[in-house]
Amino acid sequence: MNMTAQHKGAEIGISQLSKVYHTREDEDILALDNIDLTIERGSFVAVVGPSGCGKSTLLSLLAGLIPRSSGEISIDRETISKPHPKIGVVFQQDLLLYWRTVIDNILLPIEIKKLDIAKYRDHAEELLEQVGLGGMAKKFPSELSGGMRQRVAICRALIQEPGLLLMDEPFGALDALTREQMIMDLQSMWSRLGNTVLFITHGIDEAVFLADRVLVMSPRPGKIDLDLKIDMPRPRKWAETHEDATYHGYVREIRKIFEAKGILVAH
Amino acid sequence: MARTDTADISVAKQQRKKSMANAKRKRSREQFAERYSALMLAAAILAIWQVMVPISGLSEFILPTPWAIATRIVSEYQLLATHAYITLFEVLGGFGLAVVVGVTLALTIFYSKPFERAIYPLLVAMQTIPKVALAPILVLYLGYGWAPKITLAFLIALFPIVISTVVGLQSLDRNLVSLVRSMGASEIQTFFKVRLPAALPNIFGGFKVAISLSVIGAVIGEYVAAERGLGYLQLQANSLFDTTLNFASVATISALGVTLYFLLDYVEGRVAYKRDAAK
Repeated sequence: MNMTAQHKGAEIGISQLSKVYHTREDEDILALDNIDLTIERGSFVAVVGPSGCGKSTLLSLLAGLIPRSSGEISIDRETISKPHPKIGVVFQQDLLLYWRTVIDNILLPIEIKKLDIAKYRDHAEELLEQVGLGGMAKKFPSELSGGMRQRVAICRALIQEPGLLLMDEPFGALDALTREQMIMDLQSMWSRLGNTVLFITHGIDEAVFLADRVLVMSPRPGKIDLDLKIDMPRPRKWAETHEDATYHGYVREIRKIFEAKGILVAH
Repeated sequence: MARTDTADISVAKQQRKKSMANAKRKRSREQFAERYSALMLAAAILAIWQVMVPISGLSEFILPTPWAIATRIVSEYQLLATHAYITLFEVLGGFGLAVVVGVTLALTIFYSKPFERAIYPLLVAMQTIPKVALAPILVLYLGYGWAPKITLAFLIALFPIVISTVVGLQSLDRNLVSLVRSMGASEIQTFFKVRLPAALPNIFGGFKVAISLSVIGAVIGEYVAAERGLGYLQLQANSLFDTTLNFASVATISALGVTLYFLLDYVEGRVAYKRDAAK
């Protein structure tokens, strides 16, 4: 099998996936309604939508954290129903364990899977180097800034070279400048690694900037309203892209959906 | 021109160095004060006590001086040690039992909702009983030996251990559980990798309260009925009007409590990492 960067990512298949939550008042809430989706190897897919549109449910289902109500999810044609070693997750909070050093945090998945830690140590240091945190291995999370901590969390998700990287609003808790830098760094890192990425966000701008494809979701029930292919050359530069008419065309197209659904109201 | 510039710079540099050295000295002085403030305060109180006894004309039978107490501790070293050993045994017995039972109870409460509903009101109700009031009853059932003291120390230490352990386990960020689950962790792994380490500072907080309470429990047990132990020694001293020995026993009891407390503090420092320890 050809394992060049472009083909390292996993292929994701989702068919007729639904999720129903039962509330305490014995009501059923349809969080995801019959989703069909195929994600190509090595592509960067962003999911945008307001709170409650089911995007986080979609991520939790892919991560194997909650059971699905019906339908099927497959990674590289293999059906999954529980956490899969080919999948790495980055959450909105960095969720670093404060009693562990940076390197021990990155090696946590290896420990949990009972793999040979010594074998992954060099790889962990390499990842740290790549995200600009070389020499920080022995520090504790409390000694790092918010952006640095989220970088460590990304390294932790990447330690096993996952075919699919799930990111749940990973930059949502960061300040605007740090976020901008992280978006740029994620782009260059992804182009080097070639994983498939599913990036959940409520930021239309970062979705269009980063993704090959943007899925627009709306709530009650959670559905994909628009599957938009983003056709802009890479690497994308921050300032230039934000002045680009094509970019603004995509952003407008997504906003139009939200306006039509009453999620964004024009004044 | 250029020469005066460099000269100015070097003067400025020197001044900065000096002010930095001053700041450093000030900081180390503050650190010294911070570290030894408790000791200095204790020494001051003892000094005032030492001076006030002769000035006020109190008899040594009523209030001995700290110096007299200290000399008595040294001279009666063996007697105090024999009784301290008994009390220590009772304290550790009660505390150890409370740790085992308390942590087990806490885990069961944490993992089982029905059990929590059943046992929590009972625990709280038990807490409202003054344990001291149980001492005579315990003597009635368990006799004059170490058993009622250990039981009392255990009962008094149990509650803080259970509560702090449950609170520690429950206060965990749920997202951390999602995180390790997404890595494929089992519940046992989740417990040892995340739940327990995150709860340790709380658990040790409970242990520290419990160890001090255990000392109280054991000594009270000895007051009620005993043939040995520091509490018994106090009663003996009382009946002989030996106030100095009485105070020497009190000093030994508190030394015991303080030592155990700091021992736990030391162990905590080795196994638990506090959230802001790095700052």
